[in-house]
Amino acid sequence: MSNSKNEISRRKVIKTSAAAMAAIGAGPVFFSRGAIAGSHGGYCNAPTGKTVTLGFNVPQTGAYADEGADELRAYKLAVKHLNGEGDGGMLNTFKPSVLKGNGVLGKKVAFVTGDTQTKSDAARASAKRMIEKDKAVMITGGSSSGVAIAVQSLCQEAGVIFMAGLTHSNDTTGKDKRANGFRHFFNTYMSGAALGPVLEKEYGKERRAYHLTADYTWGWSQEKSMKDFTEALGWQTAKTVLTPVGAGDFSQYITPVLNSGADVLILNHYGKDMVNSLSQAVQFGLRDKQVNGKNFEIVVPLFSRLMAQGAGEAIKGILGSTNWNWQLKDPASAAFVKSFGAEYGAPPSMAAHTCYVQTLLYANAAEMAGTFSPEGIAKSLEGFKFDGMGNGPTEYRAEDHQCFKDVLVVRGNQNPTSQFDLLEVVEVTPRAQVEYDAAIFGGNLGSVNAKAC
Amino acid sequence: MDAILLQILNGLDKGGAYALIALGLTLAFGTLGVVNFAHGALFMLGAFCAVTFNKLLSLEQVILDPIKKTAWGTPLEIRSPYIEAWLGDFGALLVDYSVPVSILVTIPIMLLVGVIMERGLIRHFYNRPHADQILVTFGLAIVLQEIIKHYFGANPIPQTAPSIVSGSANVGLWLGLGENLVYPWWRLVYFAFSAVVIFGVFAFLKFTTFGMVVRAGMFDRQTVGLLGINIQKKFTIVFGLAAVVAGVAGAMYTPILPPDYHIGMDFLVLSFVVVVVGGMGSLGGAVTAGFLLGMLQSFSSMNEIKSIFPGIDQIIIYLVAVVILLTMPRGLMGRKGVMED
Repeated sequence: MSNSKNEISRRKVIKTSAAAMAAIGAGPVFFSRGAIAGSHGGYCNAPTGKTVTLGFNVPQTGAYADEGADELRAYKLAVKHLNGEGDGGMLNTFKPSVLKGNGVLGKKVAFVTGDTQTKSDAARASAKRMIEKDKAVMITGGSSSGVAIAVQSLCQEAGVIFMAGLTHSNDTTGKDKRANGFRHFFNTYMSGAALGPVLEKEYGKERRAYHLTADYTWGWSQEKSMKDFTEALGWQTAKTVLTPVGAGDFSQYITPVLNSGADVLILNHYGKDMVNSLSQAVQFGLRDKQVNGKNFEIVVPLFSRLMAQGAGEAIKGILGSTNWNWQLKDPASAAFVKSFGAEYGAPPSMAAHTCYVQTLLYANAAEMAGTFSPEGIAKSLEGFKFDGMGNGPTEYRAEDHQCFKDVLVVRGNQNPTSQFDLLEVVEVTPRAQVEYDAAIFGGNLGSVNAKAC
Repeated sequence: MDAILLQILNGLDKGGAYALIALGLTLAFGTLGVVNFAHGALFMLGAFCAVTFNKLLSLEQVILDPIKKTAWGTPLEIRSPYIEAWLGDFGALLVDYSVPVSILVTIPIMLLVGVIMERGLIRHFYNRPHADQILVTFGLAIVLQEIIKHYFGANPIPQTAPSIVSGSANVGLWLGLGENLVYPWWRLVYFAFSAVVIFGVFAFLKFTTFGMVVRAGMFDRQTVGLLGINIQKKFTIVFGLAAVVAGVAGAMYTPILPPDYHIGMDFLVLSFVVVVVGGMGSLGGAVTAGFLLGMLQSFSSMNEIKSIFPGIDQIIIYLVAVVILLTMPRGLMGRKGVMED
């Protein structure tokens, strides 16, 4: 019986819904092959006026929007400091530095922004727009390894430098490394190398670990590193399970852990996935459990303060690693925190720190080289040793364009004294302990692309 | 055995959430004939009613420390909750129970939101093509999401269950199966809550005059209209009721999944599948399909199953939906002639 003028056909609903979802899922892809605009100076987007434009490509919408907002704050602060405004922040501690706070190579620093949406296609589209339309001479940003690798590859093709923001997969400077790309942030190998000895000290040598892993490049990379380092300690791996990114409810993945015989759960999750999986693992009583005569433990290899905020009480006492923490007492960290806090009323996240540092490193490399040419920048950065950026003595290794520095092992603070006091530093792992041979992750750096575009 | 029981509990708990959302969705289908893609956003709004309620209860008095300073040189803030200062232990208890108590404010707010949404927007699209309905409701969902993101940020905001039910229940001991079988108390509470709401909605439609008229209207709107009953007015209230069901489902879900602005979208597609599998406009079908698909999703995630069919947990719901629609084109409980051309 057809019973109203407003009736709905099930078939119509399914068809229309599918079409609507497909259209929405497709996202904005406006990529014009070979349309990179021309410019003068022998390299892409050589600045000809009184300003030099940098492209900040961060997630302004989507799951990592809060992280992206903090990155953007840091970029804006870096631009301010480079142009001689504000208190100078790390410009006062960065050594060796030729930056004078009068712009870069006599040009005032300007910037444009793009929204990566934490999607590779959207990130490439916004980077391409900044290169073609806004004439950005350098692209920086990202809060996901998938995005960073995609944009790095685009910058290589376009002939501009890519200064990676938050990207933690080994692949970024491993099998997917590119000569035009540089990463200051640490990677999953370093997390494993730093966490391993602390895990041994805290939880012993006889453990059975169960891994829940985000099913994408960073998750695979993190799982492998943690597996390698914990097995080297003598731990057994009970099971590794891939979980879809953005699963939301992880209960069906957590319940098998309960009777698996494992006594450690390693959550190779980041962002919202980590917040959800950790909260739910705690709800399932994992931290109150005793298995094999030992307390059940949870480990989160990559931490950030913004994530710790989302996980609330669940984060307390959980071990992990981080690239930098605002509570570090060295003069460089203190200068940056003072500058950032005075500007925005909150301390910077580790994502903000790496983005700020990358901008200053790029500017200094340009000053050292006397040019914005990717070749000149790469030459200045390769093998560059510096200090005064909050991580102790650091080196940009020439072989893979990866920074090597101390790594922090942190724990969720049991007794926070403020809303920002969420992580406590357990150990500063020396650089020598996290170093590795560039060849182990394969990949081919190739040569710097500095062609005119 | 323990693993199977755990997955059953898991399936019931997931199914409860799916059934609650699908119930509201199918109510709107059945009464107003509207494909409401903003239904997930109503779930999200309900969740943020709980968040806002908690934030209001947790408002703090801020006093600036005259001596200590922050790392960036501003005076250190000393914070103390107003409610505990005013109400003492009762204030602390209220904060502890903020999620279940928030239901009391979520119900009127969501009823109002539902009625305003139907009167202010949806009714203008009754006679428009379904594609228009989908576009406008999806657009509305995005607007609501962005408003929430603007005020609450993109990160999930954790909510805690009352401390008395924040741990795990030893279900194994209850069933005489040993101490290894534990399940979070709040998830059991949520399952019980969803059962009560579903029963309440069914009882309301079955045993009240209002419900009888609505059911008659769902079956034959024109004849009910000819009897002099303003069915449209009643349907407006039903839309409000659907919003309330989605809203309370969202509010009570917050201790399980820290809500963010996108939480509704995560459930929306699944809920549509549930409604279609259950049979368009069939309340019983939506509930049955909700629990069926929740259970299937839970069992397909078992390592033993995934070792035979890798990735099956990601596709099982859609696979079953295809099979059911091929063999039972009207879904599990869809009636012949209802909502068909």
